[in-house]
Amino acid sequence: MNWDWSAVADFMPHFWDGLLVTLRVLVIGSLISFVLGLVWALLVRVPSRWVTWPVGAVTEFVRNTPLLVQLFFLFYVLPEWGLTLSALTTGVIGIGLHYSTYTMQVYRAGIEAVPAGQWEAATALNLPLRRTWTAVILPQAIRRVVPALGNYVISMLKDTPMLMAITVLEMLGEARLFSQESFRFTEPLTVIGVAFIALSYLASLLLRALERRLVP
Amino acid sequence: MTPGLWELVLKGVWTTLQLLFFSALLATAVSFTVGVARTHRLWIVRFVAGFYTEVFRGTSALVMIFWVFFVLPPAFGWQLVPMWAGTLALGLTYGAYGSEIVRGALGAVDPAQREGGIALSFTPWQRMRLILLPQAVPEMVPPFSNLLIELLKGTSLVSVMGMGDLAFSGNLVRLALQESAGIYTYLLLIYFVIAFLLTRLMRGLEKRLKAGVGKAARPRTALPEPVDATLGGAR
Repeated sequence: MNWDWSAVADFMPHFWDGLLVTLRVLVIGSLISFVLGLVWALLVRVPSRWVTWPVGAVTEFVRNTPLLVQLFFLFYVLPEWGLTLSALTTGVIGIGLHYSTYTMQVYRAGIEAVPAGQWEAATALNLPLRRTWTAVILPQAIRRVVPALGNYVISMLKDTPMLMAITVLEMLGEARLFSQESFRFTEPLTVIGVAFIALSYLASLLLRALERRLVP
Repeated sequence: MTPGLWELVLKGVWTTLQLLFFSALLATAVSFTVGVARTHRLWIVRFVAGFYTEVFRGTSALVMIFWVFFVLPPAFGWQLVPMWAGTLALGLTYGAYGSEIVRGALGAVDPAQREGGIALSFTPWQRMRLILLPQAVPEMVPPFSNLLIELLKGTSLVSVMGMGDLAFSGNLVRLALQESAGIYTYLLLIYFVIAFLLTRLMRGLEKRLKAGVGKAARPRTALPEPVDATLGGAR
Protein backbone atom coordinates (compact mmCIF):
# COMPACT_ATOMS: atom_id res chain seq x y z
CA MET A 1 0.00 0.00 0.00
CA ASN A 2 1.59 3.23 -1.07
CA TRP A 3 -0.23 6.28 0.12
CA ASP A 4 0.99 9.68 -1.01
CA TRP A 5 -0.29 12.72 0.88
CA SER A 6 0.98 15.10 -1.79
CA ALA A 7 -1.36 13.43 -4.29
CA VAL A 8 -4.21 14.09 -1.87
CA ALA A 9 -3.15 17.74 -1.66
CA ASP A 10 -3.03 17.96 -5.45
CA PHE A 11 -6.47 16.42 -5.72
CA MET A 12 -8.21 18.62 -3.17
CA PRO A 13 -8.93 21.63 -5.48
CA HIS A 14 -10.59 19.23 -7.95
CA PHE A 15 -12.42 17.59 -5.08
CA TRP A 16 -14.07 20.86 -4.01
CA ASP A 17 -15.17 21.52 -7.61
CA GLY A 18 -16.65 18.03 -7.76
CA LEU A 19 -18.33 18.40 -4.39
CA LEU A 20 -20.05 21.59 -5.53
CA VAL A 21 -21.38 19.87 -8.65
CA THR A 22 -22.54 16.86 -6.62
CA LEU A 23 -24.38 19.09 -4.16
CA ARG A 24 -25.93 21.12 -6.95
CA VAL A 25 -27.19 17.93 -8.63
CA LEU A 26 -28.48 16.71 -5.29
CA VAL A 27 -30.38 19.90 -4.43
CA ILE A 28 -31.99 20.46 -7.83
CA GLY A 29 -32.59 16.74 -8.33
CA SER A 30 -34.32 16.52 -4.95
CA LEU A 31 -36.52 19.50 -5.72
CA ILE A 32 -37.56 17.97 -9.06
CA SER A 33 -38.29 14.62 -7.44
CA PHE A 34 -40.29 16.20 -4.60
CA VAL A 35 -42.50 18.21 -6.96
CA LEU A 36 -42.85 15.60 -9.69
CA GLY A 37 -43.47 12.84 -7.15
CA LEU A 38 -46.34 14.82 -5.67
CA VAL A 39 -47.76 15.35 -9.15
CA TRP A 40 -47.65 11.59 -9.84
CA ALA A 41 -49.16 10.82 -6.44
CA LEU A 42 -52.06 13.20 -7.09
CA LEU A 43 -52.56 11.96 -10.65
CA VAL A 44 -52.94 8.33 -9.58
CA ARG A 45 -55.83 9.48 -7.37
CA VAL A 46 -57.76 11.01 -10.24
CA PRO A 47 -60.94 8.93 -10.54
CA SER A 48 -60.40 7.88 -14.13
CA ARG A 49 -58.50 4.86 -15.30
CA TRP A 50 -57.43 6.76 -18.41
CA VAL A 51 -55.19 8.82 -16.12
CA THR A 52 -54.23 6.40 -13.36
CA TRP A 53 -53.30 3.51 -15.62
CA PRO A 54 -50.74 5.34 -17.84
CA VAL A 55 -49.23 7.19 -14.87
CA GLY A 56 -48.98 3.95 -12.90
CA ALA A 57 -47.40 2.09 -15.82
CA VAL A 58 -44.86 4.80 -16.64
CA THR A 59 -43.73 5.28 -13.05
CA GLU A 60 -43.50 1.51 -12.53
CA PHE A 61 -41.36 1.27 -15.65
CA VAL A 62 -39.04 4.09 -14.63
CA ARG A 63 -38.67 2.68 -11.12
CA ASN A 64 -37.76 -0.80 -12.29
CA THR A 65 -35.13 0.10 -14.87
CA PRO A 66 -31.57 1.27 -14.19
CA LEU A 67 -30.96 4.97 -13.77
CA LEU A 68 -27.72 4.58 -15.71
CA VAL A 69 -29.51 3.39 -18.85
CA GLN A 70 -32.13 6.11 -18.41
CA LEU A 71 -29.34 8.68 -18.29
CA PHE A 72 -27.84 7.25 -21.48
CA PHE A 73 -31.28 7.39 -23.06
CA LEU A 74 -31.75 11.06 -22.18
CA PHE A 75 -28.18 11.95 -23.08
CA TYR A 76 -28.08 10.29 -26.50
CA VAL A 77 -31.71 10.19 -27.61
CA LEU A 78 -32.91 13.70 -26.74
CA PRO A 79 -30.39 15.31 -29.14
CA GLU A 80 -31.65 12.97 -31.89
CA TRP A 81 -35.09 14.38 -31.24
CA GLY A 82 -33.69 17.89 -31.57
CA LEU A 83 -33.48 18.75 -27.87
CA THR A 84 -29.90 19.46 -26.88
CA LEU A 85 -29.29 20.02 -23.18
CA SER A 86 -26.05 20.24 -21.25
CA ALA A 87 -24.82 17.05 -19.61
CA LEU A 88 -25.48 18.50 -16.16
CA THR A 89 -29.06 19.48 -17.02
CA THR A 90 -29.71 16.06 -18.55
CA GLY A 91 -28.31 14.36 -15.46
CA VAL A 92 -30.33 16.47 -13.04
CA ILE A 93 -33.53 15.82 -14.99
CA GLY A 94 -32.76 12.11 -15.20
CA ILE A 95 -32.03 11.67 -11.51
CA GLY A 96 -35.00 13.84 -10.51
CA LEU A 97 -37.35 11.88 -12.75
CA HIS A 98 -36.04 8.54 -11.52
CA TYR A 99 -36.44 9.45 -7.87
CA SER A 100 -39.84 11.06 -8.41
CA THR A 101 -41.17 7.55 -8.98
CA TYR A 102 -39.98 6.65 -5.49
CA THR A 103 -41.16 9.83 -3.77
CA MET A 104 -44.53 9.26 -5.44
CA GLN A 105 -44.96 6.11 -3.37
CA VAL A 106 -43.92 7.95 -0.25
CA TYR A 107 -46.51 10.66 -0.83
CA ARG A 108 -49.12 8.06 -1.65
CA ALA A 109 -48.50 6.27 1.62
CA GLY A 110 -48.62 9.61 3.45
CA ILE A 111 -51.92 10.58 1.85
CA GLU A 112 -53.45 7.20 2.60
CA ALA A 113 -52.33 7.50 6.21
CA VAL A 114 -54.45 10.62 6.77
CA PRO A 115 -57.43 9.40 8.81
CA ALA A 116 -60.74 9.10 6.95
CA GLY A 117 -62.31 11.43 9.53
CA GLN A 118 -60.30 14.31 8.07
CA TRP A 119 -61.88 13.71 4.67
CA GLU A 120 -65.31 13.42 6.19
CA ALA A 121 -64.82 16.60 8.19
CA ALA A 122 -63.77 18.45 5.03
CA THR A 123 -66.93 17.20 3.31
CA ALA A 124 -69.06 18.14 6.31
CA LEU A 125 -67.61 21.66 6.28
CA ASN A 126 -68.39 21.82 2.57
CA LEU A 127 -64.79 22.69 1.72
CA PRO A 128 -64.08 22.82 -2.01
CA LEU A 129 -61.78 20.05 -3.30
CA ARG A 130 -58.86 22.42 -3.66
CA ARG A 131 -59.09 23.62 -0.05
CA THR A 132 -59.51 20.06 1.15
CA TRP A 133 -56.20 19.15 -0.42
CA THR A 134 -54.17 22.26 0.32
CA ALA A 135 -55.46 23.02 3.80
CA VAL A 136 -56.39 19.64 5.25
CA ILE A 137 -54.86 16.61 3.58
CA LEU A 138 -51.46 17.66 2.24
CA PRO A 139 -50.23 19.52 5.34
CA GLN A 140 -50.83 16.37 7.39
CA ALA A 141 -49.55 13.97 4.77
CA ILE A 142 -46.32 15.81 3.96
CA ARG A 143 -45.37 16.23 7.61
CA ARG A 144 -45.46 12.47 8.01
CA VAL A 145 -43.41 11.69 4.93
CA VAL A 146 -40.48 14.06 5.46
CA PRO A 147 -38.24 11.37 7.03
CA ALA A 148 -38.94 8.94 4.20
CA LEU A 149 -38.27 11.65 1.62
CA GLY A 150 -35.01 12.39 3.41
CA ASN A 151 -33.97 8.75 3.04
CA TYR A 152 -34.41 9.09 -0.69
CA VAL A 153 -32.29 12.23 -0.73
CA ILE A 154 -29.51 10.17 0.85
CA SER A 155 -30.04 7.42 -1.76
CA MET A 156 -29.92 10.05 -4.45
CA LEU A 157 -26.61 11.37 -3.11
CA LYS A 158 -25.18 7.90 -3.61
CA ASP A 159 -26.51 7.73 -7.16
CA THR A 160 -25.01 11.04 -8.27
CA PRO A 161 -21.71 9.35 -9.35
CA MET A 162 -23.64 7.79 -12.23
CA LEU A 163 -23.70 11.20 -13.84
CA MET A 164 -20.02 10.67 -14.48
CA ALA A 165 -21.02 8.23 -17.24
CA ILE A 166 -22.59 11.10 -19.17
CA THR A 167 -19.48 13.31 -18.75
CA VAL A 168 -20.64 15.38 -15.75
CA LEU A 169 -17.63 16.24 -13.61
CA GLU A 170 -19.04 15.54 -10.16
CA MET A 171 -16.88 14.01 -7.42
CA LEU A 172 -16.25 10.68 -9.10
CA GLY A 173 -15.77 12.33 -12.50
CA GLU A 174 -13.16 14.66 -11.04
CA ALA A 175 -11.44 11.73 -9.32
CA ARG A 176 -11.31 9.76 -12.54
CA LEU A 177 -9.98 12.68 -14.52
CA PHE A 178 -7.31 13.33 -11.91
CA SER A 179 -6.36 9.63 -11.89
CA GLN A 180 -5.97 9.52 -15.62
CA GLU A 181 -3.70 12.57 -15.61
CA SER A 182 -1.55 11.67 -12.62
CA PHE A 183 -1.76 7.83 -12.62
CA ARG A 184 -2.67 7.96 -8.93
CA PHE A 185 -5.86 5.98 -8.33
CA THR A 186 -5.71 5.17 -4.64
CA GLU A 187 -5.80 8.65 -3.18
CA PRO A 188 -8.58 10.38 -5.15
CA LEU A 189 -10.88 7.35 -5.03
CA THR A 190 -10.36 6.92 -1.30
CA VAL A 191 -10.88 10.62 -0.65
CA ILE A 192 -14.24 10.65 -2.41
CA GLY A 193 -15.23 7.33 -0.83
CA VAL A 194 -14.67 8.83 2.60
CA ALA A 195 -16.46 12.01 1.50
CA PHE A 196 -19.55 10.00 0.54
CA ILE A 197 -19.59 8.17 3.86
CA ALA A 198 -19.17 11.45 5.76
CA LEU A 199 -21.87 13.20 3.72
CA SER A 200 -24.43 10.45 4.07
CA TYR A 201 -23.70 10.07 7.76
CA LEU A 202 -24.12 13.81 8.33
CA ALA A 203 -27.30 13.77 6.29
CA SER A 204 -28.74 10.93 8.34
CA LEU A 205 -27.95 12.79 11.59
CA LEU A 206 -29.65 15.89 10.20
CA LEU A 207 -32.61 13.80 9.15
CA ARG A 208 -32.94 12.25 12.58
CA ALA A 209 -33.07 15.72 14.13
CA LEU A 210 -35.67 16.81 11.60
CA GLU A 211 -37.71 13.69 12.22
CA ARG A 212 -37.83 14.38 15.95
CA ARG A 213 -39.18 17.87 15.30
CA LEU A 214 -41.76 16.93 12.68
CA VAL A 215 -43.15 13.57 13.64
CA PRO A 216 -45.04 13.62 16.92
CA MET B 1 -30.57 -4.12 -35.75
CA THR B 2 -28.70 -6.97 -37.40
CA PRO B 3 -28.62 -10.53 -35.98
CA GLY B 4 -24.98 -9.96 -34.97
CA LEU B 5 -25.94 -7.02 -32.85
CA TRP B 6 -28.80 -8.94 -31.24
CA GLU B 7 -26.30 -11.64 -30.37
CA LEU B 8 -24.23 -8.97 -28.63
CA VAL B 9 -27.27 -7.88 -26.64
CA LEU B 10 -28.07 -11.48 -25.68
CA LYS B 11 -24.51 -11.96 -24.46
CA GLY B 12 -25.01 -8.83 -22.41
CA VAL B 13 -28.21 -10.25 -20.92
CA TRP B 14 -26.35 -13.42 -19.99
CA THR B 15 -23.50 -11.48 -18.32
CA THR B 16 -26.01 -9.34 -16.43
CA LEU B 17 -27.89 -12.42 -15.20
CA GLN B 18 -24.68 -14.13 -14.11
CA LEU B 19 -23.51 -11.04 -12.27
CA LEU B 20 -26.94 -10.68 -10.68
CA PHE B 21 -26.92 -14.29 -9.53
CA PHE B 22 -23.45 -14.24 -7.99
CA SER B 23 -23.77 -10.85 -6.35
CA ALA B 24 -27.21 -11.80 -4.98
CA LEU B 25 -25.64 -14.90 -3.42
CA LEU B 26 -22.81 -12.90 -1.88
CA ALA B 27 -25.21 -10.17 -0.73
CA THR B 28 -27.47 -12.75 0.93
CA ALA B 29 -24.53 -14.33 2.75
CA VAL B 30 -23.29 -10.90 3.90
CA SER B 31 -26.81 -9.81 4.92
CA PHE B 32 -27.38 -12.78 7.18
CA THR B 33 -23.88 -12.79 8.67
CA VAL B 34 -23.86 -9.07 9.43
CA GLY B 35 -27.55 -8.88 10.31
CA VAL B 36 -27.29 -11.74 12.84
CA ALA B 37 -24.02 -10.30 14.17
CA ARG B 38 -25.85 -7.08 14.95
CA THR B 39 -28.03 -8.93 17.45
CA HIS B 40 -25.02 -10.60 19.12
CA ARG B 41 -24.69 -10.25 22.87
CA LEU B 42 -21.04 -9.05 22.75
CA TRP B 43 -20.88 -5.32 22.09
CA ILE B 44 -17.69 -5.57 20.05
CA VAL B 45 -19.34 -7.91 17.53
CA ARG B 46 -22.34 -5.58 17.27
CA PHE B 47 -20.02 -2.62 16.87
CA VAL B 48 -17.97 -4.18 14.08
CA ALA B 49 -21.10 -5.29 12.23
CA GLY B 50 -22.66 -1.85 12.64
CA PHE B 51 -19.48 -0.20 11.41
CA TYR B 52 -19.47 -2.42 8.34
CA THR B 53 -23.08 -1.49 7.59
CA GLU B 54 -22.48 2.24 8.00
CA VAL B 55 -19.38 2.21 5.79
CA PHE B 56 -20.72 0.10 2.96
CA ARG B 57 -24.14 1.68 3.03
CA GLY B 58 -22.68 5.15 3.31
CA THR B 59 -20.63 4.98 0.16
CA SER B 60 -21.90 4.84 -3.37
CA ALA B 61 -21.99 1.52 -5.24
CA LEU B 62 -20.25 3.06 -8.24
CA VAL B 63 -17.45 4.48 -6.09
CA MET B 64 -17.09 1.04 -4.52
CA ILE B 65 -16.81 -0.53 -7.96
CA PHE B 66 -14.08 1.93 -8.92
CA TRP B 67 -12.32 1.22 -5.68
CA VAL B 68 -12.36 -2.53 -6.19
CA PHE B 69 -11.14 -2.18 -9.78
CA PHE B 70 -8.43 0.43 -9.26
CA VAL B 71 -7.35 0.58 -5.62
CA LEU B 72 -7.37 -3.07 -4.57
CA PRO B 73 -5.00 -4.31 -7.31
CA PRO B 74 -2.02 -2.03 -6.50
CA ALA B 75 -2.69 -2.12 -2.77
CA PHE B 76 -2.68 -5.90 -2.42
CA GLY B 77 -0.84 -6.90 -5.53
CA TRP B 78 -3.58 -9.01 -7.04
CA GLN B 79 -6.03 -8.32 -9.77
CA LEU B 80 -9.57 -9.67 -9.88
CA VAL B 81 -11.34 -10.96 -12.98
CA PRO B 82 -13.95 -8.29 -13.85
CA MET B 83 -16.84 -10.63 -13.03
CA TRP B 84 -15.53 -11.26 -9.52
CA ALA B 85 -14.59 -7.64 -8.96
CA GLY B 86 -18.15 -6.63 -9.89
CA THR B 87 -19.62 -9.39 -7.72
CA LEU B 88 -17.48 -8.34 -4.77
CA ALA B 89 -18.33 -4.65 -5.02
CA LEU B 90 -22.06 -5.19 -5.55
CA GLY B 91 -22.37 -8.05 -3.06
CA LEU B 92 -20.66 -6.13 -0.26
CA THR B 93 -22.65 -2.93 -0.88
CA TYR B 94 -26.08 -4.51 -1.23
CA GLY B 95 -25.24 -6.95 1.56
CA ALA B 96 -24.96 -3.94 3.85
CA TYR B 97 -28.48 -2.84 2.89
CA GLY B 98 -29.68 -6.42 3.31
CA SER B 99 -28.20 -6.69 6.79
CA GLU B 100 -30.59 -3.93 7.90
CA ILE B 101 -33.50 -6.00 6.57
CA VAL B 102 -32.31 -9.07 8.48
CA ARG B 103 -31.79 -7.07 11.67
CA GLY B 104 -35.21 -5.43 11.34
CA ALA B 105 -36.99 -8.75 10.78
CA LEU B 106 -35.19 -10.41 13.68
CA GLY B 107 -36.12 -7.48 15.90
CA ALA B 108 -39.75 -7.76 14.84
CA VAL B 109 -40.16 -11.34 16.08
CA ASP B 110 -42.36 -11.43 19.18
CA PRO B 111 -40.05 -11.17 22.26
CA ALA B 112 -42.00 -13.98 23.88
CA GLN B 113 -40.57 -16.35 21.28
CA ARG B 114 -37.02 -15.54 22.37
CA GLU B 115 -37.97 -15.77 26.01
CA GLY B 116 -39.59 -19.11 25.35
CA GLY B 117 -36.32 -20.29 23.87
CA ILE B 118 -34.43 -19.12 26.94
CA ALA B 119 -36.94 -20.81 29.26
CA LEU B 120 -36.45 -24.08 27.37
CA SER B 121 -32.67 -23.56 27.78
CA PHE B 122 -31.89 -23.41 24.08
CA THR B 123 -28.39 -22.18 23.32
CA PRO B 124 -28.23 -18.76 21.55
CA TRP B 125 -27.38 -20.50 18.29
CA GLN B 126 -30.29 -22.93 18.62
CA ARG B 127 -32.63 -20.02 19.41
CA MET B 128 -31.48 -18.24 16.28
CA ARG B 129 -31.66 -21.29 14.05
CA LEU B 130 -34.80 -22.99 15.35
CA ILE B 131 -36.95 -20.14 16.66
CA LEU B 132 -36.03 -16.69 15.39
CA LEU B 133 -34.92 -17.26 11.79
CA PRO B 134 -37.81 -19.53 10.72
CA GLN B 135 -40.24 -16.81 11.80
CA ALA B 136 -38.21 -13.86 10.59
CA VAL B 137 -37.23 -15.12 7.12
CA PRO B 138 -40.74 -15.00 5.56
CA GLU B 139 -41.04 -11.37 6.70
CA MET B 140 -37.76 -10.55 4.98
CA VAL B 141 -38.85 -11.67 1.54
CA PRO B 142 -40.78 -8.54 0.43
CA PRO B 143 -37.97 -6.09 1.34
CA PHE B 144 -35.41 -8.48 -0.14
CA SER B 145 -37.48 -8.55 -3.30
CA ASN B 146 -37.17 -4.77 -3.56
CA LEU B 147 -33.47 -5.01 -2.86
CA LEU B 148 -33.07 -7.59 -5.60
CA ILE B 149 -34.58 -5.15 -8.10
CA GLU B 150 -32.18 -2.49 -6.85
CA LEU B 151 -29.34 -4.95 -7.31
CA LEU B 152 -30.47 -5.68 -10.86
CA LYS B 153 -30.37 -1.97 -11.55
CA GLY B 154 -27.01 -1.81 -9.82
CA THR B 155 -25.48 -4.42 -12.13
CA SER B 156 -25.65 -1.87 -14.95
CA LEU B 157 -22.91 0.09 -13.13
CA VAL B 158 -20.20 -2.39 -14.12
CA SER B 159 -20.63 -1.26 -17.73
CA VAL B 160 -18.76 1.90 -16.71
CA MET B 161 -15.73 -0.32 -16.11
CA GLY B 162 -16.04 -1.81 -19.59
CA MET B 163 -17.54 -5.10 -18.49
CA GLY B 164 -19.74 -6.52 -21.25
CA ASP B 165 -23.11 -6.50 -19.52
CA LEU B 166 -26.47 -5.46 -20.96
CA ALA B 167 -25.92 -1.71 -20.55
CA PHE B 168 -22.47 -2.00 -22.15
CA SER B 169 -23.79 -3.92 -25.14
CA GLY B 170 -26.24 -1.06 -25.61
CA ASN B 171 -23.37 1.39 -25.89
CA LEU B 172 -21.65 -0.83 -28.46
CA VAL B 173 -24.81 -1.06 -30.55
CA ARG B 174 -25.23 2.71 -30.37
CA LEU B 175 -21.69 3.18 -31.69
CA ALA B 176 -22.26 0.61 -34.44
CA LEU B 177 -25.57 2.02 -35.66
CA GLN B 178 -25.04 5.72 -34.85
CA GLU B 179 -28.61 5.69 -33.61
CA SER B 180 -29.69 5.43 -30.00
CA ALA B 181 -33.47 5.68 -29.54
CA GLY B 182 -34.14 2.08 -30.61
CA ILE B 183 -31.45 0.28 -28.69
CA TYR B 184 -31.95 2.14 -25.43
CA THR B 185 -35.69 1.52 -25.60
CA TYR B 186 -35.02 -2.21 -26.06
CA LEU B 187 -32.52 -2.12 -23.20
CA LEU B 188 -34.98 -0.51 -20.81
CA LEU B 189 -37.66 -3.01 -21.85
CA ILE B 190 -35.33 -5.97 -21.27
CA TYR B 191 -34.40 -4.69 -17.81
CA PHE B 192 -38.07 -4.16 -17.04
CA VAL B 193 -38.97 -7.70 -18.09
CA ILE B 194 -36.19 -9.16 -15.94
CA ALA B 195 -37.33 -7.04 -12.99
CA PHE B 196 -40.93 -8.16 -13.51
CA LEU B 197 -39.96 -11.83 -13.59
CA LEU B 198 -37.85 -11.42 -10.45
CA THR B 199 -40.77 -9.79 -8.64
CA ARG B 200 -43.01 -12.70 -9.61
CA LEU B 201 -40.41 -15.21 -8.46
CA MET B 202 -40.08 -13.51 -5.09
CA ARG B 203 -43.85 -13.39 -4.64
CA GLY B 204 -43.99 -17.12 -5.20
CA LEU B 205 -41.23 -17.60 -2.65
CA GLU B 206 -43.02 -15.39 -0.13
CA LYS B 207 -46.23 -17.39 -0.51
CA ARG B 208 -44.44 -20.68 0.04
CA LEU B 209 -42.45 -19.47 3.04
CA LYS B 210 -45.44 -17.83 4.69
CA ALA B 211 -47.54 -20.94 4.16
CA GLY B 212 -44.76 -22.75 6.06
CA VAL B 213 -45.42 -20.64 9.18
CA GLY B 214 -49.19 -20.50 8.69
CA LYS B 215 -49.55 -16.94 7.40
CA ALA B 216 -51.01 -15.43 4.24
CA ALA B 217 -48.83 -13.45 1.86
CA ARG B 218 -49.44 -9.74 2.15
CA PRO B 219 -51.71 -8.09 -0.43
CA ARG B 220 -50.06 -6.90 -3.58
CA THR B 221 -50.94 -3.24 -3.04
CA ALA B 222 -48.69 -2.92 0.00
CA LEU B 223 -46.14 -0.17 -0.45
CA PRO B 224 -42.45 -1.01 -0.51
CA GLU B 225 -40.24 0.51 2.14
CA PRO B 226 -37.34 2.56 0.89
CA VAL B 227 -34.36 0.26 0.45
CA ASP B 228 -32.26 2.80 2.22
CA ALA B 229 -34.48 2.87 5.29
CA THR B 230 -31.75 4.27 7.52
CA LEU B 231 -34.29 5.55 9.98
CA GLY B 232 -37.75 5.20 8.55
CA GLY B 233 -37.81 1.44 8.14
CA ALA B 234 -36.67 0.39 11.56
CA ARG B 235 -39.34 2.26 13.45
